[in-house]
Amino acid sequence: MFSRLRNDFPILDTRIGESSLSYLDSGATSQKPQCVIDTFTEYYSQRNAAVHRGAHSLAVMATDAFEAGREAVADLVGGAPEQVVWTKNATEALNVVALGIDRASDGFGGETAQRFGLGPADSIVVTEMEHHANLVPWQQLAQSTGAQLRWLPVTDAGELDLSDLESIVDETTKVFAFTHVSNVLGTINPVDALVARARQVGALVVLDACQSVPHMPVNFVDLDIDFAAFSAHKALGPTGLGTLWGKTDLLNSLPPVLTGGSMITTVTMEDSAFMDAPQRFEAGTQPVAEVAAFTTAVNYLAEVGLEKIFDHERELAGVLLDGIAKIPGITVLGAAENRIGTVAFDVDGVHAHDVGQYLDSQGVAVRVGHHCAQPLHRRFGVTATTRASTYLYNNTEDCEQFLAALAEVRPFFGVQ
Amino acid sequence: MSTQMQQLYQQVILDHSRERAGNSDLLGDSAAGAHGSSHQINPTCGDEIELETEISEDGGIAVRWTGDGCSISMASASVLTELAAENSVEGMLDIEAKFHELMHSRGTMAGDEEILGDAAVFSGVSKFPARIKCALLSWVAFKDALNQAQTSLKE
Repeated sequence: MFSRLRNDFPILDTRIGESSLSYLDSGATSQKPQCVIDTFTEYYSQRNAAVHRGAHSLAVMATDAFEAGREAVADLVGGAPEQVVWTKNATEALNVVALGIDRASDGFGGETAQRFGLGPADSIVVTEMEHHANLVPWQQLAQSTGAQLRWLPVTDAGELDLSDLESIVDETTKVFAFTHVSNVLGTINPVDALVARARQVGALVVLDACQSVPHMPVNFVDLDIDFAAFSAHKALGPTGLGTLWGKTDLLNSLPPVLTGGSMITTVTMEDSAFMDAPQRFEAGTQPVAEVAAFTTAVNYLAEVGLEKIFDHERELAGVLLDGIAKIPGITVLGAAENRIGTVAFDVDGVHAHDVGQYLDSQGVAVRVGHHCAQPLHRRFGVTATTRASTYLYNNTEDCEQFLAALAEVRPFFGVQ
Repeated sequence: MSTQMQQLYQQVILDHSRERAGNSDLLGDSAAGAHGSSHQINPTCGDEIELETEISEDGGIAVRWTGDGCSISMASASVLTELAAENSVEGMLDIEAKFHELMHSRGTMAGDEEILGDAAVFSGVSKFPARIKCALLSWVAFKDALNQAQTSLKE
């Protein structure tokens, strides 16, 4: 099945110089199957119109396409369609929550929003392995409200250190934001244990699901989290689209950050009343074609099956880790058993940029740098790493092409 | 191995990336002559350099730096250090301008070895847009630090 579906991704036939392409950078962005690409043409040639306004037939078709996306996502991650809010990207989704809490702390949103209010006596907890998108907005919120920012440290094995969980997440904690899967280490975090602690102290749980939703079965209702964010482009969909998922009563009481058209009920010259979620957070013209294309992507993932995708990538992760272990001078960051096919490593004596450049000359696409996780790199004593990350379209040959090129890196740069 | 890779990673660059001229402890304000320092970061990759420039009474330039980065950025700082030791302030400003131009040439310039010396071997870097900032990191720091040293010389 997986060898056949590779043909659905036309970009994988690209030649890089004299080499075939081994695309191992899906952690940064995924490639798109032909059906997703075709959806853009189909949408713009047959269904394009403004959604949620106008009474003509095309507007109805466009609105149906737009709303069908919510249903597809709700089928994938649990909950009802109205719990799915479209944003520009996952970063915006996390900011909508953090800034919404900030506004509530300033008294916006009336009485129902006061449940979100933060002050100097409160704390926000994150982890040391967060992507900057799930760290910087919380730093900003802490600075704005006077709340204390705390974090769970990471062990040498690249897992969250839960030994002080009860003192770090305590009665003062109002928000507990953490990633489901590390975008650097590939570690799958124990969401159940973290949510259980959050529930004991009454903290809101915000989950960064960017690296989990595309690669494994995830159900936000079963996980009992409050808000979650993920991006379309990492899950076979287009850029320019993210998803904020939330519990309905929380979404409906969180003050919106972006205001304007399409999100109001009544507007006078002095004041406005807002709609319920999801429209509450969708001011202005929305990326409708992107939603239609993402719907195709979600259906594609569901058809293949996230369970099977997870197993397939676990196999590839094994090939990568076993192969890297045989190459001298390579140190993998973290060693979590419970992981996806994302592997970051340091090459002794060769900077990550140079590693990436050499791999590129052999047709291998990887990410180099700090992967938007500077504190995590600092914790492991490095400024930059090379990261290989798999997806459903990768095969063992991709991994072997990568491993063969990696084995040549230190000799090329004259490092013994 | 592709020719482009060989053009990018010339032996001179690989040698300088390992044997780094000027990569030493910084003196800070204990430097004897007119001096300046600059800290530069490449935010996309986290590469960084802290570079000091000192102008002695006879007009000679000394460069010292510490940094962490790829072979291109480290070799570039090393080559810069050697050039500074051999040139006047005016000469280095001219070299800096020509090096800047070379880096933005997208591979259309060869680089004048007469003026640029070892820095001419970085011409291959200009074909790799993602790496231009690596080659320029130390030069940006140098220009800034030299400007400060010149200012303190006038005071």
